[in-house]
Amino acid sequence: MIGRSREEMAKRLAQDIDDGAYVNLGIGIPELIAKYVPEGKEFIYHTENGLLGMGPSPEDGEGDPELINAGKKRVTELPGAAYFHHADSFSMIRGGHLDLSVLGALQVSMHGDLANWSTGKADAVPAVGGAMDLVAGVKSVYVITQHCTKNGAPKLVENCTFPLTGIGVVNRIYTDLAVIEVTEDGFQVIELSPNITFEYVQEHTGALLLKPRS
Amino acid sequence: MRTKIVPNAPIALADIKDGDTIMIGGFGEAGSPIELIHALIDTGATNLIVINNNTGSGEVGLAALIKEHRVAKMICSYPKTANSTVFPKLYHAGEIELELVPQGTLAERIRAGGSGIPAFYTPASVGTPLSDGKEIREIKGRNYVLEYGLTADFSLIKAKKADMHGNLLYNKTARNFAPLMAMAGKITIVQAQEIVDLGQLEPETIVTPGIFVQRLIQISAPVLESTLVADGATYP
Repeated sequence: MIGRSREEMAKRLAQDIDDGAYVNLGIGIPELIAKYVPEGKEFIYHTENGLLGMGPSPEDGEGDPELINAGKKRVTELPGAAYFHHADSFSMIRGGHLDLSVLGALQVSMHGDLANWSTGKADAVPAVGGAMDLVAGVKSVYVITQHCTKNGAPKLVENCTFPLTGIGVVNRIYTDLAVIEVTEDGFQVIELSPNITFEYVQEHTGALLLKPRS
Repeated sequence: MRTKIVPNAPIALADIKDGDTIMIGGFGEAGSPIELIHALIDTGATNLIVINNNTGSGEVGLAALIKEHRVAKMICSYPKTANSTVFPKLYHAGEIELELVPQGTLAERIRAGGSGIPAFYTPASVGTPLSDGKEIREIKGRNYVLEYGLTADFSLIKAKKADMHGNLLYNKTARNFAPLMAMAGKITIVQAQEIVDLGQLEPETIVTPGIFVQRLIQISAPVLESTLVADGATYP
């Protein structure tokens, strides 16, 4: 196996979140981040269906079926938690009150455009959820994703070909191969995963990469 | 004072007509008023426009209403969920219309509709297919899309506790869209687990003030969608 595992990617991203940050984690790899809060830090998790101060999932068969996360899985409330309705929840999102949104991606462009809700196939039932609101309003948007699709196609591209979730919204990308910042000049590699070369990452990327500044 | 308490769901829903717009509370099964939805199926009302975040699961509740071909159009943000098979089938067959709305836009459209705000600008969906054909306006250097408020002939919601005036409390994340839909429904019908006397709820903690509620029924032990789906239940 080459590069970071999903767990290692989540652990790496967690290092970059500030103590006390209000964070919304998307479904999939982003959910793993909650397992890797660095020692001495506390993150407050927001779930857009109406809870701040979300705690981990309860044991199987435990918990309340009406205490769930955005992925409709049972979760718990931590001391200091608050419940609210959907309009308040999305005021937190759109109003710029949340510090960080971590999302998965189908494609990210060198301009920070994100496509993560639809492959545009005619036979698919389109579903968007809160992704477009999150990228439009949260202060920082980090993407965590495999560098390439299962078929080896690059997910980091010059221009997204899938329907967009938002334009110029992604700040950083954490993949199995590298940590990449979206800058005015394009994709700036800021860190390579252990035993991964810049050239290898470039070969697996659909746009020009800027070398890490030493 | 005329009471808001109605003896049962069939009486509460008796005046729902074909073609009505119905808001149904819930995010997945959390807050889904299953008993009211089943009573809605029993009314036979059809050609409905239904507003809910999802499209139900299994063949109970909202999914059952859709399966019975009572819904002409769904307005929602996420029509596919685990065990959600009924909607995709009808959608692919061209038998149901879908208006897909970002989740926060959906919530705000409902709040606006219930608040006398006909439309508003939001940054969500600008530059995506979901803003195609909509008015875009630049405000202070950023583009926003015009979205219209939503109202409904009836809103069906679930509460944990109500008093005789219709003041409501909810259970955890079951609150979700309910307080907004209560405002946006011309007639809001609530199924509450418990209905208490006036003075029994602490005024400082009321989530939905009773002015937004027109009819109340008590369902002491509401069934859960996931339990019904696990049992392979269908409705009717």
